[in-house]
Amino acid sequence: MIRRWLPYPLLTAGLVVMWLLLNESVGPGAILIGAVLALLASRALTALEPPTTSFRRPYAALKLAFVVFVEIVRSNNAVARIILRKGTRGRRAGFVLIPLQSRNPYCLTALACIITATPGTIWVEYHSSDNTMLLHVLDLIDEQQWVEIITQRYEKRLMEIFE
Amino acid sequence: MIEVIEVADIPLWAAILTSLLLLIGSGLTLIGAVGLLRLGSFYERVHAPTLGTTLGIGSVLIASMLFFSVLQTRPVLHELLIAAFMVVTTPITLTLLARAALYRDRREGNEEVPARRG
Amino acid sequence: MSAELLGWSIFISQIFLGLAMVLAAVRVLWGPRAQDRVLALDTVYVIAATLLLTFGIRTGGTLYFEAALVIALLGFVGTAALAKFLMRGEVIE
Repeated sequence: MIRRWLPYPLLTAGLVVMWLLLNESVGPGAILIGAVLALLASRALTALEPPTTSFRRPYAALKLAFVVFVEIVRSNNAVARIILRKGTRGRRAGFVLIPLQSRNPYCLTALACIITATPGTIWVEYHSSDNTMLLHVLDLIDEQQWVEIITQRYEKRLMEIFE
Repeated sequence: MIEVIEVADIPLWAAILTSLLLLIGSGLTLIGAVGLLRLGSFYERVHAPTLGTTLGIGSVLIASMLFFSVLQTRPVLHELLIAAFMVVTTPITLTLLARAALYRDRREGNEEVPARRG
Repeated sequence: MSAELLGWSIFISQIFLGLAMVLAAVRVLWGPRAQDRVLALDTVYVIAATLLLTFGIRTGGTLYFEAALVIALLGFVGTAALAKFLMRGEVIE
C-alpha cells in the first residue's frame, strides 16, 4: 500500500519543499496542495521506470558535498588566475581517458555532475563498452594524477553512497 | 546616483556582507566572460562559464537571501530553488555541448580530438 | 551609511555583469563555430539571471526573483535543444 502511493519518498519530500519555497508559505493550504502535487508527480515517475538504487549513508553524502564545495571554491580561484594570466605559457589543456569501476547509473550521473560543475574539468564522453570516460582538463599537468583524483576522491565515495 | 529606497534600515554588517558577496559574484562572472573571449580553443572556452554558474550566481544568490532575510526579518530561502536548478542543469548543458563539439570535430576529421572508441 | 555602501556595490556589480554580458555577446557574434555561439548564448542567459537578482536587491522587490528563475529555465531548455541540434541536425529524433 505505502509502496503504491509513495514510491519515491525522497523525491516526494523534495517536491513538497520546492512547492513551499516557491509559495514562500508554510500554511496548511500550501502544504496540502504541495503534498497532492508531489504525490501525483512522483506517481507519474513510475511510468518512466527509473532504475532502482539504494541511497544509504546520508552522512557520507554530506561529507562528499562539503569536499565538492571546497573543491569548487579552490578551482574557481585557479581558473580565474589562468584566465587573467598572460599567454598560455606553461599550461596545456587536454583530454584524459579515465577508467571507472562503477557501472551504477546514479553513481556515474553524480560523478559527471560533480566533475563538470567544478571549473577546469569537464566530463565529455562515456564509453560503456570498456567503462571509461573522457575528461577534458584546462590545466593538465599529470594525467595519472587526474585518474587518481577522479577515482579516489569522488568515485570511491559515490560508490559507498549508492552501492 | 542610484535610488535605494528600502535598504536604509538594514544593519551595517548585513550591508557589508551583501556588498562583498555581490562584488565577488559579479567579479567572477566577469572573469568567466573574459575567459570566454580570451581562451584559444572551444574545449578551453567551455571551462570559462563555469565560474559564473557556480560561485558567480551562487554568491549573488546568497547575497540576495541574506539581504531579503534581514530586510523582512524572516528567512527568505526561495533563492535555493535557483541554486538547486543551476546545480542540476549546468553540467547537463556543458556536457551536451562538449559532446556535440566532439562529434562535429570527429566528423570533420579534426586530428586534435581523441578518436572514437567502442 | 549601509544604504550608500549597498547602493555603490550594487552599482559596481551591475556594471561588471553588464560588461560580462557584452563580452559574451561578442563571442556569440564572433563564433567562430556554432558550438562557440551556443556556449556564449548559454553564458548570456546565466548572466541575465544574475543581473535580475541584483535588480531585485536594488529595488527590494521579489518579482525579479521569478523572472530570474524563468530565464534560467528557458536558458537551460534552449541550450539543451541547440546542443542536441548540433549533434544530429534535428531536435527531436
